[in-house]
Amino acid sequence: MNESVRPGTGWSPAEVPPADEVTAAFWQATGEHRLTVQRCSACASVQHPPRAVCTGCSSMEHLAQVDATGEATVDVATTVHRAPRPDVVVPYTVARVRLAEGPLVLTRLEPPDPEGSGYAAGTRVVVHFHVLSDGRALPYFRPAPTEEY
Amino acid sequence: MSAGVAVVGAAESDLGVTDRSILGLQTQAVTRALADAGLTLADVDGIATTGVSRFSATQLADYFGITPRWTESTFAGGSAYEMFVARAAQAIEAGQCEVVVISFASNQRSARSRKMSGVHEPWIPEAQFEEPYDVLYPVSYYAMAARAYLDRYGKTHEQLAEIAVSAREWALLNPAAFRYGKGSIAAEDVLSAPVVSTPLTTADCCLVTDGGGAVVLTSLERARDLRRPPVRVLGYGERSTNTSFTAVEDLTVPAALGSAGDAYARAGITAADVDVVEVYDSFTITAALSLEGLSLCAPGEALDLIADGRTRPGGELPLNTNGGGLSYCHPGQYGVLLLVEAVRQLRGECGPRQVEGAEVAVAHGTGGILSSHATVVLGVDR
Repeated sequence: MNESVRPGTGWSPAEVPPADEVTAAFWQATGEHRLTVQRCSACASVQHPPRAVCTGCSSMEHLAQVDATGEATVDVATTVHRAPRPDVVVPYTVARVRLAEGPLVLTRLEPPDPEGSGYAAGTRVVVHFHVLSDGRALPYFRPAPTEEY
Repeated sequence: MSAGVAVVGAAESDLGVTDRSILGLQTQAVTRALADAGLTLADVDGIATTGVSRFSATQLADYFGITPRWTESTFAGGSAYEMFVARAAQAIEAGQCEVVVISFASNQRSARSRKMSGVHEPWIPEAQFEEPYDVLYPVSYYAMAARAYLDRYGKTHEQLAEIAVSAREWALLNPAAFRYGKGSIAAEDVLSAPVVSTPLTTADCCLVTDGGGAVVLTSLERARDLRRPPVRVLGYGERSTNTSFTAVEDLTVPAALGSAGDAYARAGITAADVDVVEVYDSFTITAALSLEGLSLCAPGEALDLIADGRTRPGGELPLNTNGGGLSYCHPGQYGVLLLVEAVRQLRGECGPRQVEGAEVAVAHGTGGILSSHATVVLGVDR
């Protein structure tokens, strides 16, 4: 792995708003570097981001955050070349990745891929965490160790 | 048959760089559209608009000194105006109001009010789970859709660029277009423009201009007594799909299939009956996906459909005949201007860019990040 792009190096994420009562468990787990997804024990649906209701069966009583493996595959990626705010370094790559548990999540891929074609659909990636100043951590993904990149 | 609703007036405000206020531009659009119809503000009892303030329709009513019997301000980005046509037709047919003005205006270029990151609402899930990654809103979503589409169907960015190339050819025939007189472009120019979010370049992205427009609707019965040939509202449909980047499983399947399907069924037509196509082209990929959504070709064939100049002036599928959001005007929410151009084409007023014998036109709006989709079918009164 490229040592010049260690977790967090050169990347200051945009401000992450405080958790609310629905998302608190997700963010608390990130503080322990655990990625979680919301699972419904009534219908076994898995969803992300966390919601107050299960989109599978409408239950509001059976939802809990459960640990995810942190393994995912790239659905589609794009590399941004225009900074949306002054203190963000370009280029950087953002992507939809599909967790092994099923849900699609939006994330950042490190290292960035300037041409925007290096993270092909199906590329295997694993979760890492960028530590935030408030004790939470922001998940992002890197190519899986076995993957040639 | 005298049931039904018609568009009886259509107009643009000043476009481009105007140094005017939002309400100043709104006033231009509304009063010009009413004058086109031979009506005045005193005739208006329904207002549909957004992008003015929190109380958009009420704000406009206050500004114009009228007390409407019906208002509508659904916020659905660029597709709202096609939705307004549906709601207005229903309200007029139900007898709640008689004369509706649908309008929008923005001074975003003069005011420099557009941000690459979109609007920050810290209480929505996207603020916690998407914005921290500095994803560009809306550009990166369309970039992902383009990447997914090109990869799935084995197409090239060069083929997609024809959307922008064709739009420019139409703009060269429209003196109101921002790029009028600016010359043709080639696919190569689109590919070599600065990259915004791969694979999309600045030339895949719509203009950022001031501008606005308005259309006036009333019953077909009353329309036949007014000064312009009525343009009938034949059908409409809509779909709302997502606010997040991750809710839609497959970015290559256009939700417009649903909205257009409903609109065609209501109008009793098929895609083969459409003479003029005005679709939202916030980005090249938006228009390409819309062509598939409108069933003008099979899935995966949009870039074959637009090849060989078929959508350019003189081609068999006239597309975005005013030059579109890519080369004519894009004030942030372009949907009302799709309607204005469709109406003018059906009234035969378009001069050098007129599509001969146009009898059925489709206006298809797209809002947000492929979030909302609304189709309107318009036709001449026969």
